[in-house]
Amino acid sequence: MRLLLLILAMLFAVPVTAQDTMPPAPWAYRQLDDPEQEARAQALMETLRCLKCQSQSIADSDAPMAGDMRSQVRQRIAAGEDPEAIRAWLVERYGDYVSYTPRLTSLTWPLFALPLLLLAAIALLLRRRLRKGDGS
Amino acid sequence: MNAPESAPRRVSPWALWLPLALFAGFLALVFHGLAKPGSTEVESAMIGKPLPQFDLPPAVEDRPGLTTSDLRQGKPRLLNIFASWCVPCAVESPQLEALRQQGVAIDGIAIRDRREDVAMFLERNGNPYARIGKDDVSAVQLAIGSSGVPESFVIDGKGVIRYQHIGEIRTDDLPLIREKLREAEQ
Repeated sequence: MRLLLLILAMLFAVPVTAQDTMPPAPWAYRQLDDPEQEARAQALMETLRCLKCQSQSIADSDAPMAGDMRSQVRQRIAAGEDPEAIRAWLVERYGDYVSYTPRLTSLTWPLFALPLLLLAAIALLLRRRLRKGDGS
Repeated sequence: MNAPESAPRRVSPWALWLPLALFAGFLALVFHGLAKPGSTEVESAMIGKPLPQFDLPPAVEDRPGLTTSDLRQGKPRLLNIFASWCVPCAVESPQLEALRQQGVAIDGIAIRDRREDVAMFLERNGNPYARIGKDDVSAVQLAIGSSGVPESFVIDGKGVIRYQHIGEIRTDDLPLIREKLREAEQ
């Protein structure tokens, strides 16, 4: 009986979360009327990190702050702003962290260079092996 | 029984020890990551830059709203981002009050909040703010690179963001905050 109560209590437990009671921002859950604009906003939102949840994009998150960011992205797209300009605006405020699209910087260049180096090394190795094979 | 045919080949010591060394290095990285997980705080990249333009309506009846020029009055001010629904915001109230009593000018921005809730929050926890702006869609919060509540920013007399404190201000954070306010005077 006690176990049952415990299980029931666990099932109906309400997590203690700090959430506001304000309605979501105007464009947080509403798509833009122009499907082409909405597609551009959606593509951008999928590559922007939710700052509260950190492993989700703002398109995926129900955090109020992600909603506020979506609303701002849609408003700016509707006003004719370029998606990359919006991304740059956010990167200026939160650093590269806010964007899921990697940039080539002095910090990230090894990530781009290493695969090329490895491919070159493999090509070199293969050539030597194949040459040896010809000789025997 | 067939003995293995190939004569034992000389293996270069590199081929033997390099993989082990790489693996040891990998293990060291894993344990370092486990012992010292990186910070999950998102720092604002706006430190050293001027505050963006904003004009927020008042969040309570007895305090005016907040605009950029209010934070450009020749003396450093503490800009506190808070909300009535935020639990740690109540925790830092005594520290903000202590700062106010020492003569620190504090302005607040209430994020996604209702007037009556802010009023109740201030009644319960005290009101250290000279002005409180109401930011219903986190617009100013996003514009200054703040990613949560509570956060506090030291703004110098010219309206330049000089320091960001993430999370509630605890008693042992007070010396650092005072230090940063002093630095902002120069």
